[in-house]
Amino acid sequence: MAPLVNIEGLRVAFGGVPVLRGVDLTLGKGEALGLVGESGSGKSVTWLAALGLLPRHAKVSGSVSLDGREILGAPASLLDQIRGGRVAMIFQDPASALNPVLTIRKQLCEALALHRDLSGKTVKAEALRLLNLVGIPDAARRLAAYPHEFSGGQVQRIMIAMALAGNPDLLIADEPTTALDATIQAQILELLSTVRREMGMAMVLISHDLGVVAENCDRVAVMYAGRIVEQAPANQLFADPVHPYAQGLIGALPPLDGPRRRLTAIPGTVPDPAHMPRGCAFAPRCVFAAEPCGLAAPSLAPIADDRAVACIRAEASRRALLGIAAE
Amino acid sequence: MSALLVEVSSISRSYSMRSGMFGRSTAVHAVDGVSLTIPKGDTLGLVGESGSGKSTTGRIVLGLEPPDRGEVRFDGKPMAILGTPAWRAQRARMQMIFQDPLGALDRRLPVATQIREPLDIHGLGASAEREDRVRELLRAVELTPAHGGRYPGALSGGQRQRIVLARALATKPDFLVCDEPVSALDVSIQAQVVNLLCDLQAQLGLTLLFISHDLRVVRQISNVVAVMYLGRIVEVGSADDLFARPEHPYTQALVSASPAPGRRSAGRIVLAGDPPNPAARPQGCAFHPRCPRAIARCASEVPVLSSVGGGRQVACHLVTGPRAETRDAA
Ligand SMILES: Nc1ncnc2c1ncn2[C@@H]1O[C@H](COP(=O)(O)OP(=O)(O)OP(=O)(O)O)[C@@H](O)[C@H]1O
Ligand SMILES: Nc1ncnc2c1ncn2[C@@H]1O[C@H](COP(=O)(O)OP(=O)(O)OP(=O)(O)O)[C@@H](O)[C@H]1O
Ligand code: SF4
Ligand SMILES: [Mg+2]
Ligand SMILES: [Mg+2]
Repeated sequence: MAPLVNIEGLRVAFGGVPVLRGVDLTLGKGEALGLVGESGSGKSVTWLAALGLLPRHAKVSGSVSLDGREILGAPASLLDQIRGGRVAMIFQDPASALNPVLTIRKQLCEALALHRDLSGKTVKAEALRLLNLVGIPDAARRLAAYPHEFSGGQVQRIMIAMALAGNPDLLIADEPTTALDATIQAQILELLSTVRREMGMAMVLISHDLGVVAENCDRVAVMYAGRIVEQAPANQLFADPVHPYAQGLIGALPPLDGPRRRLTAIPGTVPDPAHMPRGCAFAPRCVFAAEPCGLAAPSLAPIADDRAVACIRAEASRRALLGIAAE
Repeated sequence: MSALLVEVSSISRSYSMRSGMFGRSTAVHAVDGVSLTIPKGDTLGLVGESGSGKSTTGRIVLGLEPPDRGEVRFDGKPMAILGTPAWRAQRARMQMIFQDPLGALDRRLPVATQIREPLDIHGLGASAEREDRVRELLRAVELTPAHGGRYPGALSGGQRQRIVLARALATKPDFLVCDEPVSALDVSIQAQVVNLLCDLQAQLGLTLLFISHDLRVVRQISNVVAVMYLGRIVEVGSADDLFARPEHPYTQALVSASPAPGRRSAGRIVLAGDPPNPAARPQGCAFHPRCPRAIARCASEVPVLSSVGGGRQVACHLVTGPRAETRDAA
């Protein structure tokens, strides 16, 4: 089956400083992909670039196709049609994404008229259906309310309703539940997975929270310094991470039960994008780093069905597995 | 039992808030009758609903804001009046760390200058001694004097948060309030800062009030944890025991909703209903509209925080001590 989205060799630079250094990702129809990784590793920029939402001074190259059709550098009219239509995005800061001086009805109806070609009564009925779907109580009356009259959790759900207005095939949710307590977070994620099941929608979930990603995604990609360093089915990644950064990330998570131990932190910090190491970008912090790690950046290579890792050690063990002599 | 450094007795604080464009102003009970104690050298973790009054409690405990009712005692003495010399002396013994390390630092000054600032303000030590102290503090947070010469923009998130920590430790405080100190950090950097806090606490005998949404981090660092819901404390218990066997239905939902890699959401409690509106607090138990176990009494009668044995306190009509027996019977 052809993938819904295929990203190849996506590169982005700001003022000559590369922040995406060749990202390859595919996403199947209806699939939920998690994107985790160090802050500043390029998780948001990947999707902003794919949808043509970066400022003009960003230098973007590579390929992004949607249903086999190239959309990177596509004309603005096509991109406008895709965004909010086939692909919807929920941004990190929900408050800023709604217009404070317009009622919820007005904003929902605008989105519906733009992307669904509905009019008159059908628009209003659909707006009401969406608000009910995301669980806003007393929706018929609340349509006339302004964003500030809703609680934080409700604003987040209205954002989801707006994103769903265009019946998207893909929803990109960038940190949709950060800063909410776990009970409200669980309600919102439950809602997203119901909608996904009912509409067959694919989702990219960007989050710092490994638990959230583990529970809501089929597959996970781990980013470090502008590249994907590991890609695996969610259960396999968390049970058996291969890339040393992915291992460090999972090992650093404090347990919620069992005895308390000192946390195993990853020493050091992310490299400065303007002074990227020549070899593996993680080498300066990696406990396994050996001489070859500093020479050339390892490429993302398959280690099993649907698993790929960018690490020399994984490459070596794969060679051993396949009986290929190391050169 | 060791002596108490912080004693908070039934503090309340409300704000007036305008609702709607022509709205009358309504009172928001941000904190409503909260009592807490923290023994010297211990860490009290504070978790709970967004908007439940955790930060407000932290500010009142530090004397940054007076309570409308109730009292805070520090090292056996009542908090001095804001702005007096006695207050300043007391304040030098307590410090606060906020969530956003970039917001807490001045972008235009080298970080060493900012670590030194509290020493200058409180006039502690001669000039040369202050320089030494800054170097010592940088070492304590595992940075070098070279880092001290940099501006905040040239440091990573984790390094900036360590600078904020170094500055908070400059006056050798006895008490530190940390409000979401690691939530802006990556898991990998977060672990560095949490380890550092634990080490410093052990070395310096610091007492901490640690506020966070992240139950894992709170458990890692706390002796005792208090859970807040809509301005009140609904459960208190030892960190390990509380998260292993939560008794209050809200704590149960919170723990069960806390996602974990490798544990799919089997048996998860997903609450129905909306997060509460603090300006329109429900009658009876504030949690009852969302509570999966609520009974008729919950809608009318406010449950009181009371001891149920085993060092646990719970405010729920369904949980009445002694809990060890009820557990074993179940
Ligand atoms: N408009 C911009 N101009 C210049 N640099 C930018 C711009 N937007 C992003 N960057 C840089 O690109 C890099 C990747 O940023 P991105 O927002 O994708 O990180 P992220 O992985 O989403 O991080 P976080 O988890 O903190 O949201 C960062 O170093 C960031 O500073
Ligand atoms: N200065 C203020 N004026 C009016 N209302 C306020 C003020 N400060 C806090 N509040 C309200 O008091 C309540 C408690 O706020 P507080 O910041 O203490 O919550 P919190 O538990 O720290 O929440 P969070 O987890 O979101 O940080 C909230 O409803 C908030 O809107
Ligand atoms: S008092 Fe009633 S409503 Fe409140 S938590 Fe207990 S059972 Fe639920
Ligand atoms: Mg981002
Ligand atoms: Mg707060």
